[in-house]
Amino acid sequence: MARIIVVTSGKGGVGKTTTSAAIAMGLAKKGHKTAVIDFDVGLRNLDLILGCERRVVYDFINVINGEASLNQALIRDKNCNLLYILPASQTRDKEALTQEGVGKVLDELSKDFEYIVCDSPAGIEKGANLALYFADDAFVVTNPEISSVRDSDRMLGILSSKSRRAERGEEPIKEYLLLTRYDPERVKNGEMLSLDDVQEILSLQLLGIIPESKSVLTASNAGVPVILDEKSEAGQAYADIVARYLGEDCPHRFVESKRGFFSKLFGGKK
Amino acid sequence: MSLLDYFRLSKPKTAPLAKERLQILVAHERSYRNQPSYLPQLQQELLEVIRKYVNVEQNAISVNFEQDENQETLEVNIVLPERHSPADKGITVNE
Repeated sequence: MARIIVVTSGKGGVGKTTTSAAIAMGLAKKGHKTAVIDFDVGLRNLDLILGCERRVVYDFINVINGEASLNQALIRDKNCNLLYILPASQTRDKEALTQEGVGKVLDELSKDFEYIVCDSPAGIEKGANLALYFADDAFVVTNPEISSVRDSDRMLGILSSKSRRAERGEEPIKEYLLLTRYDPERVKNGEMLSLDDVQEILSLQLLGIIPESKSVLTASNAGVPVILDEKSEAGQAYADIVARYLGEDCPHRFVESKRGFFSKLFGGKK
Repeated sequence: MSLLDYFRLSKPKTAPLAKERLQILVAHERSYRNQPSYLPQLQQELLEVIRKYVNVEQNAISVNFEQDENQETLEVNIVLPERHSPADKGITVNE
């Protein structure tokens, strides 16, 4: 049985697809056969981030409708042969996604894969609800920014009430915080919510901090998940996250040391 | 350098403000999260029943749902009009 991970946030533009691509690649590179599914019907982008946009023939909806087999639709990643991508449909509307259809595809994938990463669309509509419905683990991607934290809190409410696990009264989805676009310098200057601030509000287990990094954009320009840029801070942060998720002991980085009262007050320079 | 520092010091810190706003908002939104979806309709129907006997205002009734570890409490508060003569009782008020 595969472990199903949903990458979710509520708010758009916080790094869900970047994160989905990075962690799926990270898991595959660690030797785990992984599938990553784009749930953003009509606005697919995971294929671009993974650099396989020209190899899309069939999509998720085709598989649900029986127009293509799973094997026909899955795209094997060019960098890692344990990673497969199931792209979203760009032409259908999101109503084509059904709970039954998604459930069937996930069941079939579960037989053959160790991890299934569901890249949720923004919002709280059908695509987002179905992306999280079958999940075992949720990676809640949050920016240190009020609207993102608020939306993440809303998603936590949905995760705890609208998932299959919730409906069946099973053990709840395991929720993790991924704090993205973090800028310790701005935090130090009192311009940005700190990790502690976000934690105080969301009280989630921190899986990792991804610092604001230029390499995220350059990686997406090239269609290579940022985790493969091992020199970049963002790439290292995602590698840490995958390691932590797999149970490795890996101290948090990119937080910057806890500041004392005075440095907090005066924002001392590095 | 010193000038820059001066500006840096005088710049108001907005993160604490963001945190405070979030805490208030999130607490408020969470209080609604666990409410059963039937509450508004329950409130409306209760009001209709009460109005058969007492002429109360639309806002005279409040229904609150609270949940803690072991129990769920449904609290219904009805504010009766200040003076209601016994004649009101049992009389179907309008409609």
